[in-house]
Amino acid sequence: MKNKILSFSVIIIFGIIFFIFYKGLEDSKIYIPDVNTKKEIPVFNTKEFFSGENVKSSSIFELDKFYLLNIWSSWCVPCRQEHPFLMNLNLENKLNIIGMNYKDNLKNAENFLKELGNPYKEIFIDLDGTIAIEWGAYGVPESFLIYNNEIIKKYIGPINQELVDEINLLIK
Amino acid sequence: MKFLKFFLIVIILFTLSSVNAEENDKRNKITKNLRCLICQGQSVYDSDSEFANSLKIVVDKKLQEGLSEDQIYEYFKSKYGEWILYDPGLNKNTYILWLLPILIFLIGGAIIYKSFIVKK
Repeated sequence: MKNKILSFSVIIIFGIIFFIFYKGLEDSKIYIPDVNTKKEIPVFNTKEFFSGENVKSSSIFELDKFYLLNIWSSWCVPCRQEHPFLMNLNLENKLNIIGMNYKDNLKNAENFLKELGNPYKEIFIDLDGTIAIEWGAYGVPESFLIYNNEIIKKYIGPINQELVDEINLLIK
Repeated sequence: MKFLKFFLIVIILFTLSSVNAEENDKRNKITKNLRCLICQGQSVYDSDSEFANSLKIVVDKKLQEGLSEDQIYEYFKSKYGEWILYDPGLNKNTYILWLLPILIFLIGGAIIYKSFIVKK
């Protein structure tokens, strides 16, 4: 009798553990940082893209305006895919698109803009990738929707038509 | 005299290199405990991705500013969340993680105690 209960419970426990581990195999363990964060934007100093002059972050982001900060690079392939959508967003004119040029060769970056057009109102340089870390970004492309110096929404990866529609809804 | 001078220079060089080594040790310890988010499963110390290299620069900067190890961890936690640390702190989300091994150990000990020691 006792043996029966013992062996039965062992089988049950084993089955439960097997089930838990099997389920655990299914979901992806790729970690993505919080996307919906109402965070203050960081304060930083950097250089302007075309003139090479020093700029403060406070002079770029004004209150009561919507900004989309887009981290891009000429060497990043998804950035090329998302570029037409940024150009489309710019037609709306309600949104100021700010570019952050991430670890890039300036000549290549200028050629990139000549070839595909320049959707950005202002561009600043992040030469060693440290400013992107201030923002909590970890790759290119990444975009942040900003209002009143707060990050409303964060988009990891390239902007597509779906996200364009979502951004247009948010800024109405 | 010459020998003394030479001796002094050697000693100064040695002390300088040891100071540098200490700083490097600290930096390596910190970067080994940060998870690279691009190539997940690697530490920042091991990784050579753009993100990891930038993180190393930031860690260096923070060390030069004189921040302690824990302050640097706090800084990255506020930017990326708990997950960037390989050694998570004890809080309401992670207490199971910390207490489970101890619990299992105690239960196992209780079983052994009951079945072997009490019977005698």
